[in-house]
Amino acid sequence: MATLHIEIITAERTVLIDDVDMVIAPGSEGQLGILPMHAPLLTVLGPGEIRLKKGAAEQSIAVTGGFLEVHDNHVAVLADAAERSDEIDEARAEEAMQRAQERMKLASTDVDLERASRAVHRAAVRVTIARKRRGGQGGTPGGRPPEA
Amino acid sequence: MANIRVIRRRIRSVRNTAKITKAMEMIAASKVRRAQQRVLAGRPYARKLHQVLGYLAAQYKEMEDVHPLMQVREPKKIMLVHITPDRGLTGGLNSNLNRRAAQFVLEQKLPTSVICVGKKGRDFMTRHGQQVRAVFTDLGDRVTVADLRPVIRILTEDFLSGAVDQVHILNADFVSAMVQKPAVRQLLPLQAPQGAEAQGPKVGYIYEPTGPEVLAQLLPRFVEVQLYQAMLEATASEQSARMVAMRSATDNANEMVQDLTLELNKARQASITSELLDIVGGVAALEG
Repeated sequence: MATLHIEIITAERTVLIDDVDMVIAPGSEGQLGILPMHAPLLTVLGPGEIRLKKGAAEQSIAVTGGFLEVHDNHVAVLADAAERSDEIDEARAEEAMQRAQERMKLASTDVDLERASRAVHRAAVRVTIARKRRGGQGGTPGGRPPEA
Repeated sequence: MANIRVIRRRIRSVRNTAKITKAMEMIAASKVRRAQQRVLAGRPYARKLHQVLGYLAAQYKEMEDVHPLMQVREPKKIMLVHITPDRGLTGGLNSNLNRRAAQFVLEQKLPTSVICVGKKGRDFMTRHGQQVRAVFTDLGDRVTVADLRPVIRILTEDFLSGAVDQVHILNADFVSAMVQKPAVRQLLPLQAPQGAEAQGPKVGYIYEPTGPEVLAQLLPRFVEVQLYQAMLEATASEQSARMVAMRSATDNANEMVQDLTLELNKARQASITSELLDIVGGVAALEG
């Protein structure tokens, strides 16, 4: 069966290159599942979680937004920022979420509010992914034992 | 003899200088390596973005006139983003950059507002009474895209509001360890990448939400990436210029130590000879 060659890159580094069976991404118009032989597609990504399925294993990557291009079984994600689940520090992600929520309460202008709510959203994604990993989604190297 | 002591002291001082310049050379060398890695790490993203933008621009040719960041206007006022190091000891790099900036401003014959990234450029511009729109210093040698957002915000706002009609970037291009070349590039209005359209897919893309909206999201990223790449080039240039300057400083200091040592030996020998002469003379006087 054909596989998808996926590359997740940011302006600063290449986050991940792999061959997978399915990609699920947070498109701007909603969740988006991509299987091999997908038609050429170019879409805007919102903040969220990219899930990569490879056989029974699944991997998560947090992205803050960006673009996704599908072409000829190649998926390229041009992310604004991206982190693999094993790179996320759950405590720090939670801290960031609390800070952002504080800012949202204190926001005086619409622009501030908009920015803060986006920050909350971004942080929430990272927290979710970090928790999921801790919850014993096997296969992630260096993962902490479940419910430590 | 006093002379000998003076020379000894000189040698010690020059040796210490050589140690410092040697250390600076080694620090710069390791930073060059890291800067080069970062240039390489950023390349896949820049290349892909170019490619995607190329497809889009080919399909939406008329978009070039529509999107505000691509709007070409008769230049009445322009902006220069002047990227320089924060610190000196880089050989001729800083003055080459500043000279190129001055030349650019004078050539244009248009009112130019300058954004200075780096202290050396800021000092030069304020010394010569140039209008400075904004100054960013101490970005360090591990710049991230996030560090550059404020710079980008100012220049895009000025461009979109019509305060300036063109934005150019001046930075040192890293050609090789020995050669860094100041180069000016136009940043805004954005020009669609050429050539990429040729390799575009035969089948049309599906765009979500729509082609123009995707384009509108892509263009600001493109501005960011171009500025980011310029910063990386500038950092690599700064460090390699410093490495070369410090290497030749170390070489010169070592040469000086050699010359001084030779002089010291000569002076020592001269003093021994004159002491011997004194003794021989004294003995001869006693015997006589």
